[in-house]
Parts: sequence; C-alpha cells; structure tokens
Amino acid sequence: MNFDATLPLLVLASSLLPGLVIFFLREESHRLRTLLNLAGAGAKVILVGIMIWGVFHQHTYLTRWTLAPGLELVLHADTLSVLFVSLSTVLWLVTTVYAIGYLEKSPHRSRFFGFFSLCVSATIGLALAGNLFTFVIFYELLTLATYPLIAHRGTPEALRSARIYLRYTLGGGAVLLTGAVWLHVIAGPNAFIEGGVLSQLPDEYHGQLKAIFLLLMIGLGVKAALVPLHGWLPEAMVAPAPVSALLHAVAVVKAGAFGIVRVVYDVYGVQFTSELGLLAMLGVAAAITIVYGSFKALSQDNLKKRLAYSTVSQVSYIALGTAILGPIGTIGGIVHLVHQGIMKITLFFAAGNYAETLGIHNVSEMNGVGQRMPATTLAFSIAALGMIGIPPIAGFISKWYLGLGAVEAGMAGWVLPVLIISSVLNAAYFLPVLYRAWFCRPAPAWPAEHIPAARYETAGALLWPPVITAGLALAAGLFAAAPYSPLEWADLIAQREYQL
Amino acid sequence: MAETLIWLIAMPMAGAVATLLLPRQSTPIACVTAVAASLVAGTLLYAVSEQGSLSYEIGGWSAGLGIALRADGLSALLLMMTALVMLASSVYAGTYFTKAAARARFWPLWLLLWTSLNALLLSGDLFNLYVTLELLGLSAVALASFGGKFAAVQAALRYLLLGLLGSMMFLAGVSLIYAGYGTLDLATLTLAVEPEPVAWTALALMSAGLLLKTALFPLHFWLPPAHASASAPVSAVLSALVVKVAFYLLVRLWMDVFADLVTPAAAGLLGVMGAAAILWGSWQALRTERLKLLAAWSTVAQLGYLFLFFPVLLALPPGPARDTAFGGLVILALTHGLAKAGLFLAIGIIQQRSGHDRINELNGTAQRLPATTFAIALAGVALIGLPPSGAFLGKWQLLAGSFASGQWLWILVTIAGSLLAAAYIFRVLGHAFGNQSYPRHSVTIAREEWPALILTTLAVAGLGLAGAPVWNLLESGA
Repeated sequence: MNFDATLPLLVLASSLLPGLVIFFLREESHRLRTLLNLAGAGAKVILVGIMIWGVFHQHTYLTRWTLAPGLELVLHADTLSVLFVSLSTVLWLVTTVYAIGYLEKSPHRSRFFGFFSLCVSATIGLALAGNLFTFVIFYELLTLATYPLIAHRGTPEALRSARIYLRYTLGGGAVLLTGAVWLHVIAGPNAFIEGGVLSQLPDEYHGQLKAIFLLLMIGLGVKAALVPLHGWLPEAMVAPAPVSALLHAVAVVKAGAFGIVRVVYDVYGVQFTSELGLLAMLGVAAAITIVYGSFKALSQDNLKKRLAYSTVSQVSYIALGTAILGPIGTIGGIVHLVHQGIMKITLFFAAGNYAETLGIHNVSEMNGVGQRMPATTLAFSIAALGMIGIPPIAGFISKWYLGLGAVEAGMAGWVLPVLIISSVLNAAYFLPVLYRAWFCRPAPAWPAEHIPAARYETAGALLWPPVITAGLALAAGLFAAAPYSPLEWADLIAQREYQL
Repeated sequence: MAETLIWLIAMPMAGAVATLLLPRQSTPIACVTAVAASLVAGTLLYAVSEQGSLSYEIGGWSAGLGIALRADGLSALLLMMTALVMLASSVYAGTYFTKAAARARFWPLWLLLWTSLNALLLSGDLFNLYVTLELLGLSAVALASFGGKFAAVQAALRYLLLGLLGSMMFLAGVSLIYAGYGTLDLATLTLAVEPEPVAWTALALMSAGLLLKTALFPLHFWLPPAHASASAPVSAVLSALVVKVAFYLLVRLWMDVFADLVTPAAAGLLGVMGAAAILWGSWQALRTERLKLLAAWSTVAQLGYLFLFFPVLLALPPGPARDTAFGGLVILALTHGLAKAGLFLAIGIIQQRSGHDRINELNGTAQRLPATTFAIALAGVALIGLPPSGAFLGKWQLLAGSFASGQWLWILVTIAGSLLAAAYIFRVLGHAFGNQSYPRHSVTIAREEWPALILTTLAVAGLGLAGAPVWNLLESGA
C-alpha cells in the first residue's frame, strides 16, 4: 500500500488505536493514559496537516476495503471532508487537555478516555467516508461511542438522558439505514462526488428519490437536532463538560449537519435537489429550528441548557446555508460548520469552568463572575458576541455570507427576516448573561468554590482551552481572507461543487 | 485433503471415548481434542476455498451403498463456526465446572455432541442426516439436563419429547422419499426430484420436523426454558449451534435438493413465521426479568431473521443478486452463532459471581466485571445488527433484497426487530454505569472472560470487517 492509500486510514487510526489501548489500562496509569491521548492527538494534527496540503494541490487520498459484494468501506479525503477532519482534530486536541484537567481523580477514567477516543474516531470516519454506506457505518458507531459518555456519571439522571439519547439516535439511525439501502438498490454504491450523480437517473425514479431524501433527512436531522427531532440534545447536557463541548461543537450535532451537507451536495447535487423541490423543504425546516431554538434558549436559567438550545438554533444555520442555492449561500453554511464549532466549544468550556471552579450552574448565579474569573469570562464573551454575529468575530462572517447568498438566490424575502429575528434573540439570551458577569455585584459567596484562586483563576488545564478557542474564533473572523482560513477553504469547496 | 472430512468426525469421537476411559485426565484430553479438531476445521476451510467442494467415501464404497461425506463452502463455514464456539466453550467449561467429578461426566457427552454436529454438517445423504440428527438431539438433551436442577431436568424432558417428535416426522419424510425415488443421496435426489405429491408430502414432513427442532415461531415454546436452565457452556452451544444446524438442513432441502418444489407461497409462509418470531421473541426478551431468558428469547427472534431470507431469496433472480443475498443469510447466521455463544458464556460468569441473573440487580456485578460487560456489549452490537458487526452486513443484504423485490413488510419487521433488540440490550447495559466500585484491572477472571470476549469480538470485528471471504467461499465451494 502506498502512502496516498494509507493516509486516511492513519488519520483514523491515530485516535482509534490509543482509544482501544486505553480501555485496558489500569485506572492509576495516569501518565501513560495522558501520553497516549496526547501522542494520538499530536500525530493526528501532523497527518491532517499533510492531508490539507495534499488536497489543496489536487492529491487523491483514498483507502478502500471490500466488506461484501458491492459494499465497500471507502475513506476519501476531499475538500469538504478535510474541513471537518481539521475541525475535529484541532478541537479534539484542545478538549483532551481540558478533559484531563476536568476529570482529575474522578473514577472510570480509562473507560471515559477510551470512549472519548472512539467518539472522535467515529467522527473522523464519517468525515472521511467516501460513500453513503461508509457514512452510515460511522454514523451508527458514533451513537454507540457517545452513549457511554453521556451515561458516564452513572446517576439516575444521567442514565435517563442517555436512554433518551439512544431512543432518538438509534431510531434516526434506523431511518437513515432504510433510506441508504433503498438508494443503494436503485442507484448502486453512492460514492460522494462533487455535484452528485442522481440527476442522471430516469424520471420515473423521482418519486422514490423524494421519499428517500425525506428518510435521509429524518435520519440525519435527529443528530443535527432539527425541530421536532431535537428532544435529546437539551437532555444530553447532563454529560460531563468536555463531552458536552465535543458533542455540541464537533461530534454528534455536527455529524448530522455534515451528513445533510454531504447528501445535498455530493449525493443528490444541489441543482438536482432544488429541481426536485426538496431544497425549499429543507430551508423551511432549518428556519423553524433556528427561530424555535432561540426562543427556547431565552427562558433557560441553567447555563448549559441555554447553550444547548442555542446549539439547536445555530447548527441549523448550516442546513439553511445548504438550502440556499448558489455558491455564496453554500460558503455561509459550510463555513459556519467550523465557526459554530469553535465558538460553541468555547462557551461550553467556560460553562464547565464556572461549574468546576465556583459551582455555578445557573445564569442567575453568575453575577460578578467576570471579576473572579476574568480570562474565562472574556473567552465566554468573545464566543457569545460571535454567536450574535458581532464583527469581527467568526459568527459575523457566517451570517454575512448567508444573508448575501439569500439575496443572490432571490430568497431574501424569508431568509433575511429569519436571520434578523434569530440575531435579535441571540442577543436577548446572551447579552443579559454578559451583563451579569461583568457589571453586577457578586453575591457574598459562590455556590461551591472547589478551586481557590491561585496563580490563575482556575486550574491551568481548564483555563487554556477556552482561551485558545476564543482566540481561534477571533482569528477566524479577523483573518478570514488569509489563505487556508475556514472561509477560504469553504470558498474552495463551493468552487468545486459549482464547478466555477 | 479429503481425509480432513473423516478426521473431523473421528477426532471428537476418539476424544469422547478417551475421556470416558480416562476420567482423571479428561479435562486435558478434552482441551487437546478441541484444539486439534479446530485446526482440522481450519484446514478444511482453507482446502475448500482453494479446491472447491470436497467429498470422501468411507471405505471406498460409492454413494448409495456406503457413507459419503461432503463439504462445500456453506458446510465448511458452519464447521469452522462450530469449532470456534466449541473450542472457546471447552476452555471456559474447564474452569466453569469446579468439581472434577462433574467435569469427568461432562466431557464425553460434550465431545459426542461435537461429533454429531460435525457428522451432520458433512453428511451427504438423508439417512445419515436422520441418524446424526437423532444423535445430536440425544446428546443435547443429556447436556441440557446436566447439572441436575429440577427445572433443568423438566425442561430437558420436554426438549427430548419434542426433539423425538421432530425426528419422527423427519424420518417419515425420509421414508417417503426412499419409497418414491429409491435413493437417499442428496446429489442424486437433486436431479431426480419432480414436483409431485410424494415429494411435496415428504418435504412438508421433513420441514415440519426441522422447524420444530430449529424452534421457529410458533414451535419455539420449548426453547426458552431449555436454553435458559442449562449450564452456561451448554446454553451457548444449544443456542449457537444446535438450532443452527437444523436450520442448515432446512436451507439444504429448500434451496438445493427440493428447490424446484418451493413455491412463493410456501416461502412466504416461512417469512411470516419468521416475522412473528422476530417481534414476539424480541418483545419477550424485553419483558423478561432474567438475563439468561433474555438471551434465549433473543435466539427465538434471531432465528426469525434467517427465515425472512426465504421469501426474499426466492423473489430475486438466480445469479449474482441471489448469491449476494444468500451470503447475507450465511453471515447473519455465523454472526449470531459466535455472538450468542459469547453472550451465554458472559452471562454464565455474571451468574456465578453474583449468584443470580436478575437484570434489575446487576449494578454492582456489571461494574466489577468490565471485560464481561464489554463482551455483552459486543454481543449486543451483533444482535441489534449495528455496524461493524457481521449482522449489519447480513441485515443490509436482507433489506436490499426486500427493496429489490418490493417486499415492504420485511423491511418494517427488520427495522422494528432491530429497535426492539436495542431496547432489550441497552436495558442490560444501562446497569454498567452505576456508581459502584470498580476493579483495578479490566480482565479479572482470564480463563472464563477471554473466551467470551474473543467470540464476541470475532462476531463484531472479525465477520464485520473481514467478512468478504464468506461470499467468495460460498461461490468457490458451491
């Protein structure tokens, strides 16, 4: 096997193998476990770096492995997969550092980090999936790898949430599988090809293709938390903070959103989807989700729950961008895949820091927290302002391109109001939090101060990750026009999709 | 290479005799026999993949007079699965039965069961099939009652009576065939059989007997008590292999020998019974209080999937499409065999450590035995049919075949059954996350935990990721 054919496999293995070894480590082997985790994450960063360079220069990285006649496991690096792989790789590294600090001395760490690595491997696998069959495999694996992470604390509440999560995702997985098999039967192995291939099928299949599209969207919509399939997401916030961070930024919800992008662009083709009248349907579902999620977020006092509803809303920007026909809308949706990830992971890191350091779980307890934890709160503020869409932070770029794309595609009539309503609502549920944190007088004592202020406001492993990701969110906005920035890469994806 | 066929029968038989004569050394003898017989099964699998199907005539007497042994891709695969399950369960049984006296009584029956399984899979004529079926039934009943608890003996007696009834029906069918065609050799019969009343009646009788033995709904009622009250290694083998070879025989008769007689209506009837088995078996597994009963009911359900393939296969045009779907059937059966055996072995460990197998009281045990819990989780992945297990590939083929032939009902049943399976598996796995104490090592009882872990890993990663040779083997050894 030459290097080009092994690289996708190596990228997958750099998190899978450490994960499998970690399962068998003794609970006290703290150093070895940390070493394995960081070595895997570091190796992945290097391998992905090579991959980015290669894909930019039109290199083909392709691993195939036959599982059964007509069913091949294909790992393939194209522009879209590289975008998602890079996001997962960078955020995995940061989250691993955070998780090591967060879980210090808590039980079952080998199990936790084992499944954590499996979860990332499944995400990488579905990012690299070269056909729908492979995508389905990793989509289901992701469900399996995430369940133990949500149930991790073992409290009745955690077990209940994990059960709800399973009910939704396994149900969604079954629907997705049905759609995928059906499509396989009428159209053969559905390799992901820029522009899609289904438009070549004769007209009499169009009815079936519409039904299949619906099945696929329901299956993917569960993980992408499209209303009304979002019920599991606010429940899943009982998971430990690093899990929530990864779940909301990279792994689960993103897997659903990424799947929607894949199916529309690389299976059906965006032109053909539009011709079938399916794009508008997706747009309506996304718009409803965006507004509904923001409304629900307004009334949550629990900080993580507020963030969870915010995710419901924000992830659908990706679906919205997909539903806007034309390269600019595409750029807006795809770039938000990255931007939402960086900003949301910052918010969850910060929420975890408040809980771990001071025992703060609710917005109403956050008065004056900016004085006690300035760096964390600054990171939180940057990410929150970015979510609202304030320039020059990353979120502004996403919304700008979405709006511009809608005008270009003649959909401004309903997309712009959705964007405006949602931004107003974002401001309405984030700004009061920031106001409390910076300008209100703190209560005489924090709910439960676990970590006293020393050299830093909290433990170093907890502090640096949100600071770094907040910096990334700022940089992604400030340097949006620099080469290899998320925006430039999304532009490249759009060019190849629309063959410009 | 053809001599491997006779070795596969002679070796476990010699082992059975040796353990009977030398009870003190019975455990090492049995283990050596198990390893040797597994190596032979591996050799046969290799030979069939290289040379195609093999046959051997004992004593040089040609078919019709003497005993002919045959092995094609299908039987070689099932022989290999038998060897793996028996080997793992033998290692496990060596420590599971703590009393030496109990072990000494156990091994001869155990190896006799293996002999009859191998002989059945290799037999090429109906009379020998009847004999091996009878031998298999008797050794299985003896093993099921082993351990001597009242419930086990009671269930085993029922098992014995129904097994005998099944054998009698099979024998009646065999006699009709002999009266009608003057031969019992399967290869000759395949050419001779005509669609006429005598053949129909014979096939109906034989099938009814076999359906009883393979416990297809509504003839499944004897299975849960018999499989749930036996000792763990025996349950593993009963659920993974004994019902499976009866199914193998049905496949041989319906798809090979009497293929011209099978009508869509008859295949559809099997499909409906299979669908009912899936739904009813899974529902009962979801409701039961005890882990072993859950596993036994799950066997009822999983056998149902195998029968769904009958109407699907018949509706597909002969050729690549049907062969691909048939491979799906085989890989589903193999995955279930390995996974269910591993599941029963794992449950046995839990039962021994905690003294019970009540699902609602599993919390502490599941935490103290992480490797066993992991084995149960892997078995669960295979039973639900999630990737990367072999069952996922099998179910994909089942769904694809149903779509291609427009049989929507089977799609709904397959999906519903998988979701029910997920419900009963995760009902168990939820107990692995309580806040109880945990051990410093992940594997705590090596000789019992490894066999379960290896079998379930093979079912998931082995057949799922390296399952493509199954299709090649079925093709080359046809």
